[in-house]
Amino acid sequence: MFLVLIRRDLALLARSPALWMPVMFFVLVAALFPFAVGPDARLLARIAPGIIWVAALLAALLPVETLVAPDMEDGTLDQLASRGIAMELVVAARIIAHWLGFTLPLLAALPIAAILVGMESAAGWNIALALLFGTPALAALAVVAAALTAGLRGGGALAGLIILPLALPILIFGVGSAAPGALKLLAAASLVTLAVSPFAAAAALRQD
Amino acid sequence: MSQPPADLLAEPLVATDLACQRGGRLLFEGLNFRVSPGEALHLIGPNGTGKSSLLRLLAGLLAPAAGSIAGGGPRGFLGHDVALKPRMTLEAELTHWARLDEGLARLPGAMAAMNVAGLAAVPCRHLSSGQRRRAGLARVIASGAPLWLLDEPTAGLDTASSALLAAAMAAHREGGGMIIAAVHGDIGLDAPKVLALG
Repeated sequence: MFLVLIRRDLALLARSPALWMPVMFFVLVAALFPFAVGPDARLLARIAPGIIWVAALLAALLPVETLVAPDMEDGTLDQLASRGIAMELVVAARIIAHWLGFTLPLLAALPIAAILVGMESAAGWNIALALLFGTPALAALAVVAAALTAGLRGGGALAGLIILPLALPILIFGVGSAAPGALKLLAAASLVTLAVSPFAAAAALRQD
Repeated sequence: MSQPPADLLAEPLVATDLACQRGGRLLFEGLNFRVSPGEALHLIGPNGTGKSSLLRLLAGLLAPAAGSIAGGGPRGFLGHDVALKPRMTLEAELTHWARLDEGLARLPGAMAAMNVAGLAAVPCRHLSSGQRRRAGLARVIASGAPLWLLDEPTAGLDTASSALLAAAMAAHREGGGMIIAAVHGDIGLDAPKVLALG
């Protein structure tokens, strides 16, 4: 049943016109920085990991309004709940689908973004690995925020306010992932977020 | 008309001393009723007296403020929102739900029963509200659930479709199924029990 849910979410994602938006956004944000801070290659190379991570964070946040709210409005969540399917399961499937849907294109676009911010290939591989470890947490936080704000007007902006502080540990360990041990801390922070998120999001979706 | 046999082992649905509170307002309290296999229950009453809320309680979407609900087996629920994704074809939508219900074998019969088989390849955003309603009913039929919870199932249906629904409901009851429907007027159920709210 869990696989049916994931398959469904991916099928919906594949038909969504917004599929490539987060990745385009990611590349565009990375492209903006060289213009903003000037053509100093050394400075750019130093802040490159930070740029990439902030861009990835914003990309994860972009589809937040379409992650849960449509399912709440059109009765999909009612249909799932009336079948006795646990909301935790529904949300966990959504997190996995969202992660696959934005991380794979993101990693594919990473070389372009890395070139734009003047990153060397060794640092590039390092950040790819860090993104692989850190993005599950970003996906989980996006789904939690989406669940919390579903049904609210202007929920997207509020979701951003919810996610950004919670994403700080991921951002810190992700940007510093070149330091010894940071990748492990990143993976640990990511796992904790992943483990807690389905319960938080499901609690938000349960009606009183 | 091919009709899936309902689960013959389904127990009667028994609601005891049920109360429902929404938005700080008590909609109803002390509600007692029982629906046995083969029986149908009409929920009637003016707007806002809690018919939809009672169906949501029975579907497990709301928790009762007091009282308990027992038995009835799995539920097939059709609310006001039909849960069809605009970009997907009707067949893809119904197949997804049938897969969750392990009812893929029942789906073609259910689609024929509500006359939506010819719409299989149509994206749901192009369906009329009556067609969506029929698709939602086909999903309930394909679910194989013994207890159908229908919120104004004939809203938006033309005469021919209402007759199809009446036939499907009769077949469901013959197979030992139960139906609880919030209605305004007759929906073609034979000798239903009636519960008046408000």
